[in-house]
Parts: sequence; C-alpha cells; structure tokens
Amino acid sequence: MISANLSAIFYLVSGILFILALRGLSSPDTSRQGNYFGIAGMIIAVVVTFLSIGNFSTSLIFVVIFLVIGGLIGAFIAFKIPMTAMPELVAGFHSLVGLAAVFVAIAAFLNPEAFNLGTVSNIKLASLIEMSIGAAVGAITFSGSIIAFLKLRGIMSGSPITFNGQHYLNLLLGLAIFFLIFYLCKTQSSGIFWTVVLISFLVGVLLIIPIGGADMPVVISMLNSYSGWAAAGIGFTLENTALIITGALVGSSGAILSYIMCKAMNRSFVSVILGGFGADNSVDDKKNKKDQKPVKSGNAEDAAFLMKNASSVIIVPGYGMAVAQAQHALREMVDKLKKNDIKVTYAIHPVAGRMPGHMNVLLAEANVPYDEVFELEDINNDFANSDVAFVIGANDVTNPVAKTDPQSPIFGMPVLDVEKCKSVLFVKRSLSPGYAGIDNELFYKDNTLMLFADAKKMTEDIVKNLD
Amino acid sequence: MEIDPFIFRLSIFILSIFIGYYVVWSVTPSLHTPLMSVTNAISSVIIVGAIIAALPGSSESVFSISSTLGFIAIILAAINIFGGFLVTQRMLQMYKKKKDKKK
Repeated sequence: MISANLSAIFYLVSGILFILALRGLSSPDTSRQGNYFGIAGMIIAVVVTFLSIGNFSTSLIFVVIFLVIGGLIGAFIAFKIPMTAMPELVAGFHSLVGLAAVFVAIAAFLNPEAFNLGTVSNIKLASLIEMSIGAAVGAITFSGSIIAFLKLRGIMSGSPITFNGQHYLNLLLGLAIFFLIFYLCKTQSSGIFWTVVLISFLVGVLLIIPIGGADMPVVISMLNSYSGWAAAGIGFTLENTALIITGALVGSSGAILSYIMCKAMNRSFVSVILGGFGADNSVDDKKNKKDQKPVKSGNAEDAAFLMKNASSVIIVPGYGMAVAQAQHALREMVDKLKKNDIKVTYAIHPVAGRMPGHMNVLLAEANVPYDEVFELEDINNDFANSDVAFVIGANDVTNPVAKTDPQSPIFGMPVLDVEKCKSVLFVKRSLSPGYAGIDNELFYKDNTLMLFADAKKMTEDIVKNLD
Repeated sequence: MEIDPFIFRLSIFILSIFIGYYVVWSVTPSLHTPLMSVTNAISSVIIVGAIIAALPGSSESVFSISSTLGFIAIILAAINIFGGFLVTQRMLQMYKKKKDKKK
C-alpha cells in the first residue's frame, strides 16, 4: 500500500501524460507518440489505484477478470470497426463513459465508506453535490449518446423530432434536477438521488431527439464535452487529480470542437441545441420551381475526358463518399490522374461528414497522403486557378447560395468556392436537396456537369475510362 | 485560516480547462477524429473510481450492490480504454506523407 501523497503525485503524472497525448495531435508526425503517452498515463493511473487500495483479496481477481473482458471487447471493436462507422463508434463510447460515471456515483452513494466520503445517509455535503452532478451529467451523456448512436447508425431516423413545449419541458426538468439536488443535500434520501438519475436519463433523450442529421458533428462534440464534465464531477467526488485534470481537458476539447463545428455552419450553439433544423417544409415549392431549370448531365466518359485534359483537379469529398464507401475507388482515380502529371489536391470542409475530421480519416484509410489534403481556408483561393473540381458526396458545403442569398438558411456559412473552377463535376444520385433542405445553385451553373450515379460506381467507371 | 482542499482541486480543475483550451486549439483539424477517440479513451480514467467501488474493505463480500456496480463500470470503462486507444492508434497509423518520404 502506498501513501495518499505518493499516489496523488502519480495521478498528477498521469494527468500530465494525458495533456501530452493531446499535445501530440498537433501534427500527424507526433501523434503516434502522443497516443503512447496517453496509454502510459492510463497504466499509471490504474496501477496506482490498485496499490493505494492495497486490497489483494479475491475481489482483485474479479477486478482483473472484468478488466480483461472489457479490454477484449474493446480491442475487438477497435480492430473490426470500419472507418466509415467512426461517428457511431465514438457516440457509443461516449455512452459508456457516461454510464460508468453513473455507476461509480451510485456506488459512492450506496457505500460512501469505501470512498472516504462519510457514512450512509451522512455523506459529506460537498461530496454529495459532486456525486449528484457527476451522476446527472453522466446520465445525460449516456442517454444522449445512445440517441446519437441510433441516429448515426440509421436505426432511428435522422430527422428532428419536435413537439410543442419541448424546450419548456427541458427547462422544467433541468430546474427539477437542480432543486432535487438541493433537497438531496438536506435529506440525504436515496429516493431523491434515484429521481435525479432518472430525470437526467430523460433529459439526455429529450436534448438529442430534436437535433437533425446534419448537426451531428456538433452533437458528437457536445457529448464528448459532457463525458469530460461527468468525469470531472466524479473526480471531485473521489478527490482524484487525474480524473479532474482529464475531465477538464476532455470537457474543454469537446466544447472547442462544438464551437468550431458551429462556426463552420454559421449557426449559433443555441440554435443547434434547440434543434429542428432541416425540418422546414417550405422548401418543397422552392424545389419544384428550380426543377424547371436546365441541368447538364454527363457520363463517366465525359468526366474522364475533362479530367484527362486538366492540369489541376481539386477533389471535394463529403458524407456521400462515406456512405458509398467510394474512398478507395477515388484514390485509384487520383493515382491514374497523377500518372498523367495532373496535380490533384483534396479540399475538406470542416463539417463534411458526420463528425469533426471524418473525411480526413477516410482519405487516410485509402492511403491518401495527408499533405495533399487541405482545409477550407487553405485551399479556397485555389479553386479559381484550377481546371476541374470533382465534388463527390458533398452538397451544402459547396452551395454558392450561402454567399449570395441572404434569405437562405445557410447564408453566411463558409463554403468551398467550387463554382470558381473552370468546370465542376458533381457526383450525386439525384437532384434532391442536401441535409439543410435547400437546393444547390451549383447544379444549374453552366460550368457544372452533373454525374448522376452512385459515388463508388461512378468513380470506378471514370477509372476505366481514364485508361 | 486553513484553505479548504476543495479550493485546491478547483484550482487544478480551472487551470486544466485553460491547458485543454490552448492544447486543443493547436490540434490540426485533420486529426479531429483521433482527438475525439483519444479524449474518449482518457476520460475512461474514471475506471479509477470503478476500481475503488469494486475493491472495498476486505471484510465485505465480493459482490455487494456497490461493488457489483463497480465491476460493471470496470467493464464499461475497460471497453472504452482499450477500444479508444487502439482505434486511435489504428487511425494514426494511416496518416502518412507522400510515398517517397515513407520509410
């Protein structure tokens, strides 16, 4: 058994290692090393916990068994999961952190002696507040992440579910949690504690159901943030520095990602949370009107011809590429183009895909070197000097309406200046609007050639025609 | 007058938020997905609490209600730790530079 002071120092070390793990992600070169720091920090935290409890009875054997079971499940998932399913995976993992936080908080409530927090129905006031906050945030994270998971997985429809008085109900429940925690401190009643946990589960569901599919990058980041705050709440309860540091890191990380995603959509965080975006029915008549406009459509042969005669091509991937699993075919196409001395780069909008950085991972999986992949602000000026833009699976993020039409719901959102290219190839299955529910003006431009097909099939056909 | 230890923890917490703020802004956008999976993995350090819940004083039975909750939380957190770090590692392995620079 090691002293509390010594273990506190080790927890600090593991907290610092976690900081270094995040720091490593500032560049792909240092990122792998960063991940090892993270693993080292985790090992230190777990080993020190064992040593500081110093209980080597039969319980320990069970702890190790359960650790191994969980580890095997986790490892299995990590190796099996396809990269296109990363958003669901992360949402699923968030739910586990949330649920673990709830269980730890309940365990601490039922058996405060083990945590040095006083005795049953005589728990230290501060600890009681901390554990109920930890439990509440954990429960919200859990049920919210489950809903996000179901939506991302397509088990539940991605369209927003709204009803009258939704926001008032959420507000009411939020206030209820607040007052119940207050009464819990006065009475130490377990009934109130359970009610807090149950209401929090309900709040998690209610918070996420009104948010539509296109806002998922914000939702995932937000839940990431919540899982951090839940961990921090438990960290205060356990008086554990590693948990407090980690919770703060994860909490602020998720908050920053949410902010970046909101900014990339020109939406305020509040309007995303209130939800309902993309459920507007007025778009239908607008769409009918636009359908009258002529659209130029072509086939794989035309596309191959255009690209073969270009000297520079910019690829604009989006969520549709992930759905069609077209990233490998795309890579093949780019290889062929490069053989013909055509310069190829990739342009990625921050909200392309269903989570931050989703497209980058998919391209990396298809062996696209990361130094050919550029973010919006780094590449947007290049469109004017490029011959062909190849839009595959992206839609709203290329819509020039965001710059021209103040009436449009996406007005002001930073978009890729695709239309400035000499010609635009737009792979899409139909003319249907994207997630924002608005028509893309790009379809009707003179320099746009629509390629109506499945993204993967079209790309494969182009590859054949490039020979 | 003595300062409540809570204040020290609160100071650590707030300073860590600031560290997180500056560190995360320096993360390159192309690594935002690995950032999420690794933050997920490290937030599972909550397993510390699960272990404390599962390993109470030696006199008690192995499976009391609170220790059972601890065991379940251990499984959940372990899935996250192993899954989170390994999937991050798998992703980071894929980020390569151009072929000629590859070793």
